[in-house]
Amino acid sequence: MSLVDEEEKQRSVLAPEFYRKMLAVRLFEQRAIELYTRGEIRGVIHPYIGEEAVAVGACAVLNNDDYVVSTHRGHGHCIAKGASLDRMMAELLGRSNGYCRGKGGSMHLATFEVGMLGAIGIVAAGIPIAVGAGLSVKLRKTRQVVICFFGDGAVNQGAFHEGLNMAAVWNLPVVFLCENNFYAISTHVSRVSAVTEVARRSCAYDIPGKRVDGNSVWAVYEAVQEAVARARHGHGPSLIEALTYRHEGHYKGDPGHYRPPEELKKWQRKDPIKKLRKELLAKNWLEPKALEELEQEVAQDVQRAVEFARKSPYPAEEELTSDIFGGDHRK
Amino acid sequence: MREISYRDAINEALQEEMKRDERVILLGEDISHYGGPRRVTWGLVESFGEDRVRDTPISENTIIGTGLGAAITGMRPLVEISYIDFALLAMDQIGNQVAKLSYMTGGQTKVPLVIRTQGGAGGGTAAQHSQSLEMLFVHIPGLKVVIPATPYDAKGLIKMAIRDDSPVVFIEHKLLYSTKGMVPEEEYLIPFGKAAIRRSGSDITMVTYSAMLSEVMAAADVLHQKEIEAEVLDLRTLIPLDIDGVLASVKKTGRLLIIHEASLVGGMGAEIAAQVQEQAFDYLDAPVIRLGAVPIPIPYSESLERLVFPNKGKIVTASRALIVA
Ligand SMILES: Cc1ncc(C[n+]2csc(CCOP(=O)(O)OP(=O)(O)O)c2C)c(N)n1
Ligand SMILES: [Mg+2]
Repeated sequence: MSLVDEEEKQRSVLAPEFYRKMLAVRLFEQRAIELYTRGEIRGVIHPYIGEEAVAVGACAVLNNDDYVVSTHRGHGHCIAKGASLDRMMAELLGRSNGYCRGKGGSMHLATFEVGMLGAIGIVAAGIPIAVGAGLSVKLRKTRQVVICFFGDGAVNQGAFHEGLNMAAVWNLPVVFLCENNFYAISTHVSRVSAVTEVARRSCAYDIPGKRVDGNSVWAVYEAVQEAVARARHGHGPSLIEALTYRHEGHYKGDPGHYRPPEELKKWQRKDPIKKLRKELLAKNWLEPKALEELEQEVAQDVQRAVEFARKSPYPAEEELTSDIFGGDHRK
Repeated sequence: MREISYRDAINEALQEEMKRDERVILLGEDISHYGGPRRVTWGLVESFGEDRVRDTPISENTIIGTGLGAAITGMRPLVEISYIDFALLAMDQIGNQVAKLSYMTGGQTKVPLVIRTQGGAGGGTAAQHSQSLEMLFVHIPGLKVVIPATPYDAKGLIKMAIRDDSPVVFIEHKLLYSTKGMVPEEEYLIPFGKAAIRRSGSDITMVTYSAMLSEVMAAADVLHQKEIEAEVLDLRTLIPLDIDGVLASVKKTGRLLIIHEASLVGGMGAEIAAQVQEQAFDYLDAPVIRLGAVPIPIPYSESLERLVFPNKGKIVTASRALIVA
């Protein structure tokens, strides 16, 4: 078999699972938006719709015990890393059997059981934390790898520079994955970044830097595979920049008037999920009937998550002051 | 007079001050065409251009530092930190530089810098977007701390802050932006260090500030029906603190209740209680009571969040305990 055939064969095996995960993120987000609009989810949610290929392509490379550090736009990273939709949705609805017992909500979702160390509401704050996790892996000699997700807006915080430098100089197993969706709230990257190609910043730390099409799950998967292999073999960190686009506003409720409508349309035509679906059918990786079944299963999973969340109790008053200092013991 | 929102009151003040003094510039994230995350700076870029209404990268420490550098070299910057929680990223510039420069340099420079920010809980914004962190700034000598509760005060105080030659941390509350109140069309300024008496009474003094004012006023109404007359003081500025105003009221009522949304531990209530017992111990008919947030990170779930803060019911209960004491 030629190399190309080999790759195609591998893809045909991976594709249905990738599609399932990406669709799960999409449908989960759509339901979350609906529940937010109905007032069942409070506070703020930042939908990941349009960017699913990045989380799914990247996390597919990881083992269950590898780590992920996420951002305010974190639902997709949790799902891609293998978190339970039920417990995620319960968290969004503020219920006690949510991952954070209802205390964190959307912006602070953390699913430690699958190595997701936290969606973090402070821009770039996850970068140093990922570096610390990388240091811990190195000292414990466990050969785990850390993927640190952050947006284009995060790269202008001191923490980005400080974190990448430290990871490089200590040769830590961290993959820095910038989800460049061109905007930080309303601000286009060209208005606030002197170097708009984030990957080029890697030269400042003498680490590999690569820009990929973030709407192609294959492009993300392959770039992350290479970077993770490096990290796992002790060759240190890398920086990957995945170009993508959010279809929704910055948060649910954002008027979003700062983006030209043609731009959104252009990116909607490059929808990563539609693209993969088309490929699945065109290459006959899945029969139309099997694809439909898969889609129904995912829709049912999300529906079940909503039902699970709605049936779950709210945290009791005693929960108010538990876990403050992290010393509480719970069996 | 006409009725306008807290948001529009601040917006108007910025319009007026930028027109009045071209040294006034604005720096912050998404403040120009987007109008700021809370829409407070809406329309200013159209009036004054991108040079004076400047979108910054997400770089809080450097945003404050840039404001400081400009302030000591002839500008009068007003920087926006969109959530007070993010001021923690800028604590070196705020705490070590901005607050100390005038004193450290023996008065060679003034620091006419305003840091506009916004705090408080707002319905499920959880631990990193709901904090009331005013005491961090109160504790650092060299900063004035202004925290308005009404549209009228917001306008008069932000104008004062811009004209003041000291660094001012101006703290808005996310639940107040859409609240409305009477604001004169004519220009006015509100001096720092003068509490507003929101209601007169002779039985108990209630001291509060920011969004907690509405809960306190509602509690005072309930008490009034029970023939207990509360005097309600809205501090408006924490530094300088109108301790004389508080003392005058306590000398009249003999009973003091202090209420704030910030954590009870190390809060403004502790500071005021200490000063009052030092200066008016003999006038007190009962121990001072403080009400503040349970000292925990703010939880997301409604069922927990609603237990965290003082509210009308808790204020009424505490007041009755004070009267009985
Ligand atoms: C330190 C800090 N500053 C500002 C904010 C407000 N904020 C939340 S998300 C965001 C934009 C982030 O943009 P980017 O990193 O590109 O991520 P995206 O939202 O595009 O996924 C901003 C400014 C914040 N949460 N933390
Ligand atoms: Mg972005």
